[in-house]
Amino acid sequence: MDMEMHSGIVSPEGIWWKPAASQEKRWITIAFIWCLVLFGMMPFWHIKGGQNPSGIRTRVIEADYQARVDRFIKDYQVGTENGIPVVEPPAGSDVYLLGHMWEWTPVIKLKKGVEYTLHLSSVDVNHGFSLYPAKLNFQVIPGYDYGLKITPSIAGDFNIICNEFCGIGHHNMVGKIIVGESL
Amino acid sequence: MNAIADLFRKCPVTGLKVDKNAENLIKANAVVAVVFMLLGVIAAFGIVLTRWQAVHLLNAEWYYRLLTSHGLNMLIFFIIFFEMAVLYFAGPVLLNSRLPAPKLGWVSFGLMMLGAILVNVMVYSGKADVLFTSYPPLMADPLYYVGIILFAVGALIVCMLFMATLVAAKKDKTYPGSIPLVTFGALTATIIAIITLIHGALIYIPTLLWSLNLMKMDPEIYRLIFWALGHSSQQINVAAMVSIWYLLAGLTVGGVVLNEKISRVAFVLYILFISMASAHHLLVDPGMGSAWKIWNTSYAMYLAVLASMIHGFTVPAGIEIGQRLKGFVNTRFEWLSKAPWSDPGFSGMMLSLVIFGFMGGITGVTLGTEQINIIAHNTMRIPGHFHVTVVGGTALAFMAVTYYVLPLIFRKRVAFWGMAKVQPYFFGAGISVMAVGMILQGMYGIPRRHWDSSFAGSPFPVQFPDIVNLFQALMGIGGLLAAFGAVMFITIAVATVFFGKEMTADSIKNGESGIPQGVLKLSAQVHQGANVAAVHKEGAKGTMILVFIFLVAFILYFFVNWKILSSTWKVG
Repeated sequence: MDMEMHSGIVSPEGIWWKPAASQEKRWITIAFIWCLVLFGMMPFWHIKGGQNPSGIRTRVIEADYQARVDRFIKDYQVGTENGIPVVEPPAGSDVYLLGHMWEWTPVIKLKKGVEYTLHLSSVDVNHGFSLYPAKLNFQVIPGYDYGLKITPSIAGDFNIICNEFCGIGHHNMVGKIIVGESL
Repeated sequence: MNAIADLFRKCPVTGLKVDKNAENLIKANAVVAVVFMLLGVIAAFGIVLTRWQAVHLLNAEWYYRLLTSHGLNMLIFFIIFFEMAVLYFAGPVLLNSRLPAPKLGWVSFGLMMLGAILVNVMVYSGKADVLFTSYPPLMADPLYYVGIILFAVGALIVCMLFMATLVAAKKDKTYPGSIPLVTFGALTATIIAIITLIHGALIYIPTLLWSLNLMKMDPEIYRLIFWALGHSSQQINVAAMVSIWYLLAGLTVGGVVLNEKISRVAFVLYILFISMASAHHLLVDPGMGSAWKIWNTSYAMYLAVLASMIHGFTVPAGIEIGQRLKGFVNTRFEWLSKAPWSDPGFSGMMLSLVIFGFMGGITGVTLGTEQINIIAHNTMRIPGHFHVTVVGGTALAFMAVTYYVLPLIFRKRVAFWGMAKVQPYFFGAGISVMAVGMILQGMYGIPRRHWDSSFAGSPFPVQFPDIVNLFQALMGIGGLLAAFGAVMFITIAVATVFFGKEMTADSIKNGESGIPQGVLKLSAQVHQGANVAAVHKEGAKGTMILVFIFLVAFILYFFVNWKILSSTWKVG
């Protein structure tokens, strides 16, 4: 029987629901297995990996979050840098960071190898928490408290760059986390 | 009978009957698309020359304003106007059908123009410095949202006209059997467009009311539904682009459809799963849990990625089989080495396929992995990725098809033909180099959408490694090349449409310049005979090698990113 092949601009006549050739089947099978690997890596990393964006996620009223940050600063402030309070919370405690146009408040001192719960929220618009050079990026949204369990792995100064457009002063919005050697 | 005959002309190249109303709407939408592209390109020059810190041309206000304009004019107005032209082509023209309700086509064209102009007026008068995403609580002038809504309503009407064309063509029995694959692909793009535009209404109407102080807006809900518009509209582009790959494969070298079932099922997978990709933007958001993120970001276990990997095989394999049927059977790659690389329709299509697959696809799936997004969200890796999908992929495919639309629909010989032959290479190389520069910057944590990566005015100094300057230069040079490539395209398109020489039967016969080889001598679109079964049985041996190189690149890039992720702080 003669076989007919045509381009994509020709209307196929008769029944075109035909089995694929072996070459196509082979590629589709391999591609599908790869898709399952792509998928499987995500649940796998929740079980075995150390970096997940799960967090403790709650809604919060902006004024309440502001009050919580103010209390956090009052309780643990150890100094000031460029007019921004520097706060050193106890090891393992809850840490509250506020994004607002166009500043990260406060500057936070942490200890290497200790797990903290870092809370992120905003009282005005969206901001982006981007810890440089640690490569941690999270979205900061007003009305939502994102509590992430973090464990600094090296000592040093880290910058918090805002990487969500938040208005004309966006590019000046840089904060700081100072990680000290472990206790 | 004459009244009906007057509605149509017969295409001397393809033999298709062309509805004159559809033809005029194709012309109008395509010309306007190019005008909006020009606006986007002008903004692109300003953005590239500002982000390249060594030049840093504009002030912050104008940088953010041009960034807003660039996103809207390119990603929305240029692309969607062009897609409207594609729908008028894939419907009435390919189906030999009339266009029902042509006046409605002009009404929708008017609405879209009005919307696009209104948005531009708002942006350039400084009343909408909110970037493409306009995330609340950042607020624009209410008229900005009105402009977007008018544009979307117009586009929705064109989608409905395309559907009506399918009904009319079926009723008038204008084609035998089933609709062609290219039209089927355009139909999937239309269905995705309708889903997308409904989400657009669901988000922009409440946002308009919010800007008028009539209701509240939750910033996270906005992000969720906005991206069901914003990301899904990229899937309209993907479906339209893949349809154009199949179209150009046929027109340029007589590329065949390997298997109608496989290609059509792959298109249906797009409809079913691709709209879930809104999640790509919310992977490190506080609003959703991990189960939701994993399921949605993976399009239900990567079934839409599977679809793209299928097209990524069947399009080049169809070209290979088409070339082998022409007699290019020696070695694994004669079909490639003897291909018409000086035909911008062919080279543009192939570059689009390679850039979209190798660069855009691999980076996109990797960035869209829940945990890997932690090291990439909102860094320069993101715009690096989407400039090789939507620009190196979609826009380049649209440019390539334009080199066939100009002679076949406008019936003009392409102006500056020598420049046209090199334009796809210029543009493709430029955008690829730019994207590599952006991705490498992003790997070092450089933020996207940021006026000053020297952080001169910030309370704490931020010092990036010196190598970042090199990556910025790559981005700058690549970006300028791409922008010049776009200017070349616009010059060619405008010169052809308004001052181009008529293409006549004689000019085809004499092989005059400005006519792509596929129009001078259309390859056979249907193959029959003993030879066909033999070539088909031998298969696409060259393509098999290419897709395995692709797979190895994909696996390497994916796991290198897991490795980088595993070296950062523990977070959970």
